[in-house]
Amino acid sequence: MRITATVNGTTHQADDVWPGESLLFVLRERMGLPGSKNACEQGECGSCTVYLDGVPVCACLVAAGQADGRQIVTVEGLAAGGALHPVQQAFIDAGAVQCGFCTPGLLVAAHDLLARDPSPSEADVREALAGNLCRCTGYEKILDAVRLAAARLAAGPGGDGA
Amino acid sequence: MTTSGREPGREPGQSGLLAPAGRAPSRPRRAPDGVPAEADRPGAGETAGIGTSVRRPDGRLKVTGEFAYGSDLWMDGMLWGVTLRSPHPHARIRSVQIGEALATTGVHAVLTSADVPGQNAYGLEHADQPVLAADLVRYAGEPVALVAADHPETARLAASRIMVDYEVLPPVTDPVAALAPDAPALHPGGNLVRHLKIRKGDPEPTADVVVAGSYQIGMQDQAFLGPEAGLAVPDGAGGVELFVSTQWLHVDQRQICAALGLPAERVRLVLAGVGGAFGGREDLSMHVHACLLALHTGKPVKMVYSREESFFGHVHRHPVWIDYEHGASSDGTLVYVTATMHLDGGAYASSTPAVVGNAGTMGAGPYVVPNVRIDAYGVYTNNPPCGAMRGFGSVQAAFGYEAQMDKLAAALGMDPVEFRCKNAMRMGSEGPTGQVLDSPAPVAELLRRVQRMPLPESGSADLRSLPGGVGNTTHGEGIVRGIGYAVGYKNVGFSEGFDDYSTARVRLELTGGEPVVTVHTAAAEVGQGLVTIEQQICRTELGVGTVVVVPKDTSVGSAGSTSASRQTYVTGGAVKAACEAVRERLLARVRERGERELAGLRLADGLVLADGAGPVGAIGEFLDAGPIEETVQWRHRPTQPIDPETGQGFAHVQYAFAAHRAVVDVDTELGLVKVVALDCAQDVGRALNPQAVVGQIQGGSAQGLGLAVMEEIQVRDGLIANPSFTDYLIPTILDVPPMRIDVLEYPDPHAPYGVRGVGEPPTISSGPAVVAAIRAATGRDLARVPVRPEHIAGPA
Repeated sequence: MRITATVNGTTHQADDVWPGESLLFVLRERMGLPGSKNACEQGECGSCTVYLDGVPVCACLVAAGQADGRQIVTVEGLAAGGALHPVQQAFIDAGAVQCGFCTPGLLVAAHDLLARDPSPSEADVREALAGNLCRCTGYEKILDAVRLAAARLAAGPGGDGA
Repeated sequence: MTTSGREPGREPGQSGLLAPAGRAPSRPRRAPDGVPAEADRPGAGETAGIGTSVRRPDGRLKVTGEFAYGSDLWMDGMLWGVTLRSPHPHARIRSVQIGEALATTGVHAVLTSADVPGQNAYGLEHADQPVLAADLVRYAGEPVALVAADHPETARLAASRIMVDYEVLPPVTDPVAALAPDAPALHPGGNLVRHLKIRKGDPEPTADVVVAGSYQIGMQDQAFLGPEAGLAVPDGAGGVELFVSTQWLHVDQRQICAALGLPAERVRLVLAGVGGAFGGREDLSMHVHACLLALHTGKPVKMVYSREESFFGHVHRHPVWIDYEHGASSDGTLVYVTATMHLDGGAYASSTPAVVGNAGTMGAGPYVVPNVRIDAYGVYTNNPPCGAMRGFGSVQAAFGYEAQMDKLAAALGMDPVEFRCKNAMRMGSEGPTGQVLDSPAPVAELLRRVQRMPLPESGSADLRSLPGGVGNTTHGEGIVRGIGYAVGYKNVGFSEGFDDYSTARVRLELTGGEPVVTVHTAAAEVGQGLVTIEQQICRTELGVGTVVVVPKDTSVGSAGSTSASRQTYVTGGAVKAACEAVRERLLARVRERGERELAGLRLADGLVLADGAGPVGAIGEFLDAGPIEETVQWRHRPTQPIDPETGQGFAHVQYAFAAHRAVVDVDTELGLVKVVALDCAQDVGRALNPQAVVGQIQGGSAQGLGLAVMEEIQVRDGLIANPSFTDYLIPTILDVPPMRIDVLEYPDPHAPYGVRGVGEPPTISSGPAVVAAIRAATGRDLARVPVRPEHIAGPA
């Protein structure tokens, strides 16, 4: 089948998609967007989190056909132009990236959290990111990164908020 | 509009390895740690040398999704490979029929053991594991056949059509029973992989106070998030290039060459991005399989394991059964320890001999014990193969000896921290192998530091902070708080006489008129941040800010394994030595030009400096004569094999220590545990990148927590019952508490910059501290980990 979707603002089309393929597979293997990761492919780890019509979902649990005609934003679409989104920059600066395999999904989840709640409590951050597994960091520096991103976003452009 | 066809991203104008659509070819992109982006360069006035928390060079690629992991590789016309695995833990193969599989549309190859051209056996220490099982399978999940097809689902379908006729045999699943004289021998030499003996002091000691206990440690999975993956590309002349996520390129290359029957120059390995490792990538997984399929089909072949297959595709942490007996005098001085340990190595040896070595030689813990008798057995069974995982034998022993320390302290009426401190190793202490600790060993200080840290407040009203969390299982009733302590230690680097070295090539040259350093090693970056450390060392040693890390491959000599907490020490040492050699040649040019004697020549901030003379000139001035390149092989001081009868000898080059204090809330009615705090003090010798050091300690602590309360591969009759992240639980952000980290820096005079390995010690003491805290809260013995709800709330 043919899948057409808007991914990161650009229309993408994939032909000869086998109906059993997931949105994750189509993004990674047919649309040239391997940023969303394939760590468990059963919705437990959150590494493949993308926005589907503005709502974070595990792309591994979305059948490719369900994504037809819809709006998708992946980790590749978070940076505007050449500039990293403050959440991305905060992950680098806080040391929240080690192997980085969980990072794309966590970035989308944290991006979504801060869009909904600009100053979440620690318990709120933990709850919002509870669906994203990380094996390297023990999560402390991920919490640091979300706090840093929230502060920088609150300070606005030019403010470092740190 | 971007249109992508069935094989998107085809960029016919580009040769070689291609990434999917919209991406640059993978050949340069596979250099995730190549030229740093502007944001990653040190800023003006920032030296970004050792001791600074400079950012990782691959950070930008990792947050934009551009970093190319093994599973992201893509090449025009590539095939997908899959593995058919045995469903039985022990069976004889009568026949394998591949006809129907081969006839499946889209299938390019179906291979069996008959297609292995070289030696059909590999292994890190013993070549005892078939590339593809020939006549016997020894564990459930053992590879039997391979398929390459144009779509992964086609390959899986074809694999399901391979007919294997098995004669099922009874599995040997108990490591103690496997050593019985009448047990079926699973390998030609029998079922004993290694018996390590430690005999020190009085063989029949007596003591005022004696405690004994039997402990069981479950099988833990590394659970790295990036699955096993790689891409094999035939070179058209009988050789192959393999891009793979791994821990030690050269030991892979040696084993692949033997299996393929090819010389090293025909098998080139390049490190693909690695999504975590923790020991689980030290053995081969899909390496030979992908190469076989690529050579057979003449096409590039990609293999990516699913999470389920990953549980069968790598070795795990050894489950261990330990019987301990400790004796102490009535004043609280340790007199003796005896221990018998059985480590279930599973079907193949992997690194079992070395794991047994560690469990045994460090089985008394970081304490001074004059009389030691330890027997550690590594055993073959038909369970999943076990090998390296972070902590490597020391983790399992620590659960036992730290439980014993608490028991002894209670029997003596002493405070558990005071008792530990009274018996703690220090510099100059003699360990159970007779080795004298010749660098700082601040065991007591680490314990006292975590003891002095502030305690968390109790009684939060937020459900999310209680055991059971938003499951709403309690509002505080039945909750008991407990505090526990533990300390542990681990050898750094490879031991027992292993020739443990690394190789570094460093080049200093002018690029666009500016001095640039290029550093090339084969040391695997698995997430820990070695690429950052390599840059920092070059900046410090050569005074040049721009340092390019060349992609890791086998075109430079071996760096040894990214394991045993050794790369900052050993590859760091090699990079430092190579920089020193480059610097000497540069300074020779300075002296040749010198019109006067210059004392104290050195490099910093892009300048050549001398004592009392101000800048002699810019570094770049002395590179007009051409680049300077040096390749250095560097070794730490040698270790020795231990005596096979007494276990005595200088076995380990360095020890690293960490202590934890855990605070837990336990729902005693439901058996649920919430770890409230998990604080750590660790001596790292010298923190080359303080932020990365803290990240290692926090991440390592979380893995120890996981083994303490949730992580276990459930094996029944040789079969894994929970090969998924639905059923094998690793800690989430709700399970890991805030972690306060106290980093001590007591330099090791024998190590470059005084560094001490960092990665493993926190995984050793965190789990025992958590279990000690649960014991303190519940009064239960808790002799096995992970602790399950029924151990807390069930019948005592």
